[in-house]
Amino acid sequence: MKKYRHVLNIGIQNSLTYRFNFLARSLFGLIPLLAMVYVWRTIYQGNSETKGSTMVGAYTYAEMVSYYLLTTIVDALTAVNEDDWQIAADVKDGNISQFLLKPIDYLWYRFCLFLSGRVTYMAVAVFPVAIFIACLHNYFVLPHDVVAFALFLFSVMLTAMLQFFMSYTMAMLAFWVLEVSTFIFILFAFEYLASGHLFPLDILPAWLERILYFTPFPYQLYFPISIYMGKTSGNELARGLVIQFAWVCAMYLLARFAWKRGIKKYEAVGG
Amino acid sequence: MNLKRYFSIYAALWKNSVTRETMFKGNFLLWILVEFLWFGLQLTFIGVLYLHTDNIGSWTKWQVVMLVGASHFIQQIFQAFFLVNCTNLSELVRTGKLDFLVLLPINTRFVVSFRQVDLGAFVNATSGAAVIAYAAHQLHYVPTVAHILGFLGLCLAGIVIHYSLMFLLATISFWTVRAQGIVWGYYNLFNIARLPDEAFQGPFRAIFTFAIPMLLVSNVPARVLTNKLEHFSSVLLLLGMAAACFVVSELGWRASLRRYTSASS
Repeated sequence: MKKYRHVLNIGIQNSLTYRFNFLARSLFGLIPLLAMVYVWRTIYQGNSETKGSTMVGAYTYAEMVSYYLLTTIVDALTAVNEDDWQIAADVKDGNISQFLLKPIDYLWYRFCLFLSGRVTYMAVAVFPVAIFIACLHNYFVLPHDVVAFALFLFSVMLTAMLQFFMSYTMAMLAFWVLEVSTFIFILFAFEYLASGHLFPLDILPAWLERILYFTPFPYQLYFPISIYMGKTSGNELARGLVIQFAWVCAMYLLARFAWKRGIKKYEAVGG
Repeated sequence: MNLKRYFSIYAALWKNSVTRETMFKGNFLLWILVEFLWFGLQLTFIGVLYLHTDNIGSWTKWQVVMLVGASHFIQQIFQAFFLVNCTNLSELVRTGKLDFLVLLPINTRFVVSFRQVDLGAFVNATSGAAVIAYAAHQLHYVPTVAHILGFLGLCLAGIVIHYSLMFLLATISFWTVRAQGIVWGYYNLFNIARLPDEAFQGPFRAIFTFAIPMLLVSNVPARVLTNKLEHFSSVLLLLGMAAACFVVSELGWRASLRRYTSASS
């Protein structure tokens, strides 16, 4: 365990050198978010004028704004930043050779780096995000109750693991193809829509929402937020957490499997 | 400036780009697929919004689809000519490869801006055009030739704005090595360009109209095409902002180039 603590440490120091990049990224990220809030406000205003309704699906305006704020927070906590590119580059450039000789496991090594990246990102992004939320505090709903909040945090943890193992598996493609970025972007496109980045999934037609729940995507973002907002509770919540955990395990095994197959084919180019 | 000479240089750069693309055919096609998916994503988003409302401001569903199509079209044409070149600039500065381009007996900005052509983006631009045409069909609307020409002319102004601003940001790499993040940050702002202008008010609208004119770039051309223009002044504003952005980026470029000290050697 001690060696992984060192990796974590080094990772944090490394990513601290990119603090301005992180700051720029979080600041630029807030602009489209604000734009989204404006668009929804116009829609809510229009609806209350023409139809006299104050809801979109099961969301009040404040809940809708909160939803997008929460996506930003969960994203900051769990999103894979450049880990997948780096892993793919490590494989392609033959840097993983050294890990085959060292008594350290590459997957957990990368996981530590991923965690340290998230910790640093949070430390930097917390200022702009906090100011942003403070400006919109009238529209920020608090967690449904204490239990919901605790389970939300637990689910976010699972989300982070799911995110990482999925990205790791995708990066393993680098063993077989020269350019993995297209594949990563294709997956990302589906993820963006089906995980609830663009809009809460329960404003979709019910049949479509049900189909999405057969994929791991909702558990990458939407599910923890729905716990926070009290939209998922009771049995549904328990079942959701079990399924989320199952996806984490499945992706972990897939990541291991892909690595094993990849190593067999590995030629250590230039290494 | 000898225009003919520049044309022949540009033709040679095109030929290089074509050769480069044909080396990685599979990858070329996959990138087109990626862009296609993201475009579909934007359209899905609009579709979902309009499940829950009939209009955003005065924009109806198919008008917004047209706007998204126009925005995609403009963005892809920009991408075809300039995106790679803008993002590469910081790399040229960091590695000192800019030396070779500065030494060439042609305008440096010209060769930096036009070095590579992204051919796939032209294919993607046609999907934007197809969506515009389909939306027009849904609106039972046939734009006149004048509308179409006006639209294309204003698209050009929009592209000049995207190019000037991104190029300006790229020149920051003469001051700090880590400019690539900033350049990609600008790419984030493209998200705003495809949203209907009427959704925005106050300082946000002012900033993204008069400082970073994202809300003009595709909204004004789309308004012209759908015959939705309220005042002719917004056309003049778009043209004026395009000219202003270009001048500012040229001044920024000249100031930055003076700082260039090359790398290592």
